Amino acid sequence: MSLDAATVRRIASLARIAVAEEELPRLAGELNSILGWIEQLNEVNVDAVAPMTGAVALALPMREDRVTDGAQAEAILANAPDRAGEYFAVPKVVE
Amino acid sequence: MNTLAAIPTIAEAARLLAARKLSSLELTRALLARIEALDPVLNAFLLVTEKPALAAARAADRARAAGQKGALLGIPLAYKDIYETAGVRTTAHSRLLAQNVPTQDAETVRRLSAAGAVMLGKLATHEFAIGGPAFDLPWPPARNPWDPHRFTGGSSSGSGAAVAAGLALGALGSDTGGSIRLPAAYCGIAGLKPTPGLVSRRGVIPLAPSLDTAGPMAWTAEDCAILLDVLAGHDPADPASVAAPRPGYAAGLAAPVRGLRVGLLRRFYEHDVPATPETRQMMQQAVAVLRDLGCTVEDASLPAVQEFNAVGRVIICAEAYAQHEATIRTRLSEYSRAFRMRVLPGALIRAAEYLAAQRRRTDLIAAMRATMTRFDVLLAPATAGPAPLLAEQRTDEGFAVPFLTTVANVAAVPSLVVCGGFTAQGLPLGLEMMGRPFEEATILRLGHHFEQVRGLRSRRPPGS
Repeated sequence: MSLDAATVRRIASLARIAVAEEELPRLAGELNSILGWIEQLNEVNVDAVAPMTGAVALALPMREDRVTDGAQAEAILANAPDRAGEYFAVPKVVE
Repeated sequence: MNTLAAIPTIAEAARLLAARKLSSLELTRALLARIEALDPVLNAFLLVTEKPALAAARAADRARAAGQKGALLGIPLAYKDIYETAGVRTTAHSRLLAQNVPTQDAETVRRLSAAGAVMLGKLATHEFAIGGPAFDLPWPPARNPWDPHRFTGGSSSGSGAAVAAGLALGALGSDTGGSIRLPAAYCGIAGLKPTPGLVSRRGVIPLAPSLDTAGPMAWTAEDCAILLDVLAGHDPADPASVAAPRPGYAAGLAAPVRGLRVGLLRRFYEHDVPATPETRQMMQQAVAVLRDLGCTVEDASLPAVQEFNAVGRVIICAEAYAQHEATIRTRLSEYSRAFRMRVLPGALIRAAEYLAAQRRRTDLIAAMRATMTRFDVLLAPATAGPAPLLAEQRTDEGFAVPFLTTVANVAAVPSLVVCGGFTAQGLPLGLEMMGRPFEEATILRLGHHFEQVRGLRSRRPPGS
């Protein structure tokens, strides 16, 4: 697959990018080389491979274990009109 | 004292400072004088922060007098201009950020300042760390201290030039496809691309977040280890930061390297990216040195350099375009031609292709892991030959030529480049050592021992 300047002009306009006329041939060259790399990628079947989500094994960092102002369910629910366990209860809105 | 008998390494300067044979103020003044004398040709600095540097040097001397110690206390460094610095202009070498003054330091900059390092200024790069040397920007591209007609390598181009010319004792660079290690190779210094997650990227202007790494550049592997001791560590505010164990990198350098299993990626430079005869000779000498040090060296194999580059180029191009899409739409003409040519193709990459690249990356990481069960270190040249002439560094075909260095970015392994030799013309050649993830200590140690035996570190660029 190889792109000419006219195709690049059309792609640029579809992508809403203003490219100067004299830059089209060089841009076509760059586009063709990235298409070459994409073709090379397509030669390998990766159907069974999961897309990468992280390059190194990441463990979730734990927050520091210290006393906080949290865990005050009783104080927060003290003024609630209704409650169910540690939750606010509200009138049913969907039949 | 405004001149130095010889440019010290960070380790040497730290010893002189500790012995009170040199003050940080003297050292900083001497380097500022060198910048004034040499940088009009080299263009390594976009900004010299003279007054704050002198103030920081005085503060470091006072802290030392008060009993404070530290390997970086009073050491003058400089940072690639994509590292945000509070109150100091940070341009990414771009017209678009010409007036950008961040309010916070990058985490790496903060760590170095807290360790007492002195910032001399901000260093040239390729615009937003991609594209290539550009002559249509407000600042010229950096030039190679070994021959100012030649390219420094990029994109940490000012970092390579400043360290090689002895304008700063160390620098920060960033590496997405080779941007620390290419200038390290072409400028004859040491540069480390760490494992992703080891060094915080918070406050470093991104290029392609799934491949970007931040790391140190300095005259020796030992100096890179000293810098990494301060740079490495978990940063809760960088979601990609890893809470990995940190050995003492500098403290571990002296341990022997006997018995390390070194894999030679011969196919890489004999077949995939054919190297010049002098580069091949440099590799032969390196293998001989490593064998003398008691390492075993055997041929190792990996998928072709092109396979890694297909993944790397598609990811970099797509992600760089995504980073810049909004400004590309509205302010395209303000970017350099080199940037436009390199990043615009990203508009064309479809999600399916981007994900194919990410899938293939999983494969290639697995291939690297399999090879690294048999070896502790993989060895290759950093580039096929020495620095090209700056005028020859054309950006039209740049994207078609694969980089040896991109292998380590895609495979997510740490990689160190040290000076491996010189051409007959006196241009440096870079030797690349890759290690297992988070085993920076091993490649730094091997690089250090190699430098000691190879004995090239007394040779500085002509005229410096």
